[in-house]
Amino acid sequence: MPVVLSTMVAQTVAFWFLAVVMAVAAIGVVRSQNVVHAALYLVVVLAGAAAQYILLVAEFVAWVQVLIYIGAIVILFLFGIMLTRAPMKPEGKLDNHQRGAAAVVSLFLFGVITALLVDAYGNQQIHPTTKLVAIGSSANVASAMFRHYLVPFEVVSMLLLAALVGAVVIARRD
Amino acid sequence: MTLNNFLILSAFLFCTGLYGTLARKNAVLVLMSVELMLNAVNINLVAFSAFHANVTGQIFALFLITIAAAEVGVGLAIVLLIYRNSRSVDLEQADQLKG
Repeated sequence: MPVVLSTMVAQTVAFWFLAVVMAVAAIGVVRSQNVVHAALYLVVVLAGAAAQYILLVAEFVAWVQVLIYIGAIVILFLFGIMLTRAPMKPEGKLDNHQRGAAAVVSLFLFGVITALLVDAYGNQQIHPTTKLVAIGSSANVASAMFRHYLVPFEVVSMLLLAALVGAVVIARRD
Repeated sequence: MTLNNFLILSAFLFCTGLYGTLARKNAVLVLMSVELMLNAVNINLVAFSAFHANVTGQIFALFLITIAAAEVGVGLAIVLLIYRNSRSVDLEQADQLKG
């Protein structure tokens, strides 16, 4: 079926394009010598992740990602950067002396995980069918959350409240 | 799309975040690297949700996003407090608890 085939090719091309952009931006986050640039690279990674969710037919999660991560968390980071930078002093080096060891550890971990994943899942395909569209719709996500995950939902809202109160208490000047 | 494409991308993001957490001195940048790692886990959850055609992974991704938001809020409050006490967010200077 040529239509299905061309859709799959388009999905693969979109995946690799996004993956390369995300990988480059992720390296930018951890290598940039400017804190604000690192935050902007983080925006690229998070937006790429939202696009991957769209590719995986999880539209509700994708938009929540855009709203919460890019809209709220990155803004919080920018506030954090602005509040913790002495205005006239040039920034010192942002990396510590264990860079080499950190690179070895993370490359080793990446190798191990990749080998495990290739061994475990090989070439299994994700089939983006119309069933997935129904699953990822906000109606289905909402009904699953309020039918089967109501207690975790309430627990998480208590956690958010506790974190809010905790942040206020910690950051308060007194 | 193979499942492994997404899982290996997620592993790459996780390891990049791990590198940033270990190699950065600035506390805000360490928090950003932690966000990278949390985000990698989210990609895994959504990929498995699509693979098994089951909504549970997406619900967990939503919970994880909430917890990431709480973590950043408390984390940045702590960083602000460190900055207020020592006029620096350099983690190598934050060694008051060292015996």
